[in-house]
Amino acid sequence: MNEIASCASHGEGIPAPTHAAGRRQPLIDGIEKVTGRARYTTDLPATQALTGAILSSPHAHAEIVSIDVSRARALPGVRAVITGEDCDVPFGILPIARNEYPLARGKVLYWGEAVAAVAAEDEQTARAALDLIEVEYRTLPVYISAAEARAPGAVLLHANKPGNVEREVNNTFGDVDAGIAAADLVREESFHYAEVAHAQIEPDCTLAEFDPESGRLTVQSVSQVPYYVHLTISECLKMDPADVRVIKPFIGGGFGHRTETLPFEITAALLARAARGTVKLQLSRAETFTIHRARPETDIRLKIGMKKSGEITAVDAEVVQRGGASAGYGIITILYAGALLHTLYRMPAVRYRGFRVYTNTPPCGPMRGHGGVDMRHAFESLMDMMAETFGLDAFAVRRANLFVAPYQSVNELKVSTCELAACLDWVEQASGWRSRKGKLPRGRGLGVACSHFISGAAKPVHWTGEPHATVNLRLDFDGSITLLTGAADIGQGSSTLLAQIAAEVLGLELARFRVIAGDSALTPKDNGSYSSRVSLMVGNAALAAAEDLKRQLVAAAAKRLEVGVEDIECLGEAYRVIGTDRMVSYRDVVKSALEVTGPLTTRGTYTVPLDMQGGKYRGAGVGPSPAYSYAASVVEVSVDEDTGQIKVEKLWVAQDCGVAINPLAVEGQVQGSVWMGMGQALCEETEFVNGRPLRGNLLDYRVPTIVESPPIEVKIVASYEPNGPLGAKEASESSLGSIPPALAAAVAEAIGVRLPGLPLSPDRVLAALHARRREERLKSALAGAR
Amino acid sequence: MKRLVSLWLNGRHREDAVSDNLLLLDYVRETAGLTGTKCGCDGGECGACTVLIDGEPRLACLTLAAACEGKRVETIEGQAAGGKLSPLQQSFHENLGTQCGYCTPGMIMASEALLRRNPRPSEADIREALSGNLCRCTGYVKIIESVKAACES
Repeated sequence: MNEIASCASHGEGIPAPTHAAGRRQPLIDGIEKVTGRARYTTDLPATQALTGAILSSPHAHAEIVSIDVSRARALPGVRAVITGEDCDVPFGILPIARNEYPLARGKVLYWGEAVAAVAAEDEQTARAALDLIEVEYRTLPVYISAAEARAPGAVLLHANKPGNVEREVNNTFGDVDAGIAAADLVREESFHYAEVAHAQIEPDCTLAEFDPESGRLTVQSVSQVPYYVHLTISECLKMDPADVRVIKPFIGGGFGHRTETLPFEITAALLARAARGTVKLQLSRAETFTIHRARPETDIRLKIGMKKSGEITAVDAEVVQRGGASAGYGIITILYAGALLHTLYRMPAVRYRGFRVYTNTPPCGPMRGHGGVDMRHAFESLMDMMAETFGLDAFAVRRANLFVAPYQSVNELKVSTCELAACLDWVEQASGWRSRKGKLPRGRGLGVACSHFISGAAKPVHWTGEPHATVNLRLDFDGSITLLTGAADIGQGSSTLLAQIAAEVLGLELARFRVIAGDSALTPKDNGSYSSRVSLMVGNAALAAAEDLKRQLVAAAAKRLEVGVEDIECLGEAYRVIGTDRMVSYRDVVKSALEVTGPLTTRGTYTVPLDMQGGKYRGAGVGPSPAYSYAASVVEVSVDEDTGQIKVEKLWVAQDCGVAINPLAVEGQVQGSVWMGMGQALCEETEFVNGRPLRGNLLDYRVPTIVESPPIEVKIVASYEPNGPLGAKEASESSLGSIPPALAAAVAEAIGVRLPGLPLSPDRVLAALHARRREERLKSALAGAR
Repeated sequence: MKRLVSLWLNGRHREDAVSDNLLLLDYVRETAGLTGTKCGCDGGECGACTVLIDGEPRLACLTLAAACEGKRVETIEGQAAGGKLSPLQQSFHENLGTQCGYCTPGMIMASEALLRRNPRPSEADIREALSGNLCRCTGYVKIIESVKAACES
């Protein structure tokens, strides 16, 4: 795998190099977390901070006729009051779709949208000031569903988007009509998916510190993307980015909620500047739900052509996503729903139509498994239904459509490695599928499905021409190495993984490393933690930085031992002349290396090879990745036919993530990922009445508790990804999408009914059971009448 | 109204003037400066603020500081006695019972209450004891493993 790994035999007294990669490594910041010492944004010491508070809209769609803040401003203890007047720069993650303001200007587009904000000396005063702000609204029709927003004559949320359609996608690859004609069976079904939310346990919070003397601003926030926060705040405040510093403290989960600059982050900065001081803006759980940015309500119409062998000949799909009030990542999400159809199975021809629609609901965004999850449920479900017609087993139909990597899809995506066949083999065997499927007692069922995901987007959101990732390693006189990265550890363990990669290259114990992640004054710019880009992209940069450092240390050792660099081998704590006992300790090599240069900083970068960056068609930027990870899952359920309650008995998941650099963390990520998919399948959904959210808390927005969470068995299958660092690729998102369809298939076996969407909440299961019984009664009555 | 409240916080005696409506959560985090206890919701939804009051797990966001007069309050900061991690802390760290870490203090405190009451809990006991603590990262698998491993150590 690498030269350290191959360096097996050592003489007595000669240290063996350490293998930091491949080890079950507890998190390098784990002690802070279990002792309560870890400081999240809300925990940062800020005794002088003013309290920020937001006035939000009580209407889901309205014109703002007037805002009067004079009484609020006059209240003693109030230090700043701001409105939409204070920021006229629209923002949004995509340069081509910026239509959101931190505080509404002219119109409000969803219930809870921020209209004004105050900074005051304490919370009581801040709340009192909000009550003194007078806003006059003229209400407009409220569009909650995509269909309402698209209806003829609907008021436009954004003037430049007719029909309230943010983006319509029309892509056809291969000959779909010929594929449909060649099929032995063509079937079309429709599916409906409720909107879900990230529900990370840490509520949103920003601490913004403005120094009036220097004119500089320091922002600490709950972000997965500190660099985008830096960029957006500079733009919205019309400040030189050099005067802004963004620091990422400990982050209490993300799952995509914090993958773009969020309005409250800009508002906190605006308030701090207006108050000429420090402002802490802490959002409530309800406000955090309203920030949203999660998986949209989705309607899918899917048609598949299939041969008797199970081979798919063509796919024709139409997707409508209720995108919410502003653009955000919307264009990317609607494109992923189509692009990710291509790289799980061999797809000879695919027609995809997508509509991303503006509605009067909180803006949606990229939730774990971005864009692919609902479509995966529809696809796997329809595939199962068609396989049944041919009497094919659920495994057989999937195996009939596997490709062998390397593979290029018809939409020009290049898959370098895929071990999906091995994943299927393992879950089939581990779950006892062959001996149990179809033989379970009534009310019990098994289902299988597959899913996959990218290891970072080959084309970054902001095209700057720079490398995709940069890592610095700093070595000083004490021999300790500090890894500097802008990649945000949000709990997934990225800081641990990056240190493991560097430690592996240098043959050192992890204890020699410190990681500083996400402080713009110290760490190189990084696009952030999203689309599962960190392990592969930032990992490759860490690998390159460590290799550079090793070269310099080897050169120093060679000089000291008076031999050529090719004669030196690195053993981690010692550098030795190959084939001899002559060596020099790591500490002495460091001394020699620093003699001339002083403290050393090396730099490693990663750029996705040009030939992996995708095709030239419109929307081709979404889908390409240096690597794709694969997963197969089996779900076992039992269903109570009296209550409609589903109990998940067990999940089996096989994951192809290349080489697992930290198998402990991979297991943790896969377990969390499939569990999140289970939550979406079972019970999670948002709900709005006249635009007002009904489930803006963690009781009504039901995430599974520990009581209803099943045992989850994870298998990491053998795999090696040549494009990844030490053979690694993505492990945190690819498995999620397999669970909803596998669970739905298991329920279908248990109760004999397949529900056309998610979640499979007890009320929906009961309704489906009632419908089935009615149908059965009708059938038997008709039979009796004959 | 304010009143003088006298209590033991992590074994140390304190006396503070607190408002009648001050939540224990704010008392612990702001008055005492112990930010290990987390707030994850708008009240009683998530369990992140679980502390021990006279050994019983309680939500600090639903408890008034004034109601803790004369009581022993324990938070995550009091768990590493003498600079040594508690068995649960050690186990949550080693077994990845913590990912983002935000629910972790509450999880560990609720688990600590369980283990004091029942040093050899079954898996069902663990699930019941932690049923009010939400975690969004782990799927709970490694949390259960962490509690089990702590019992064995």
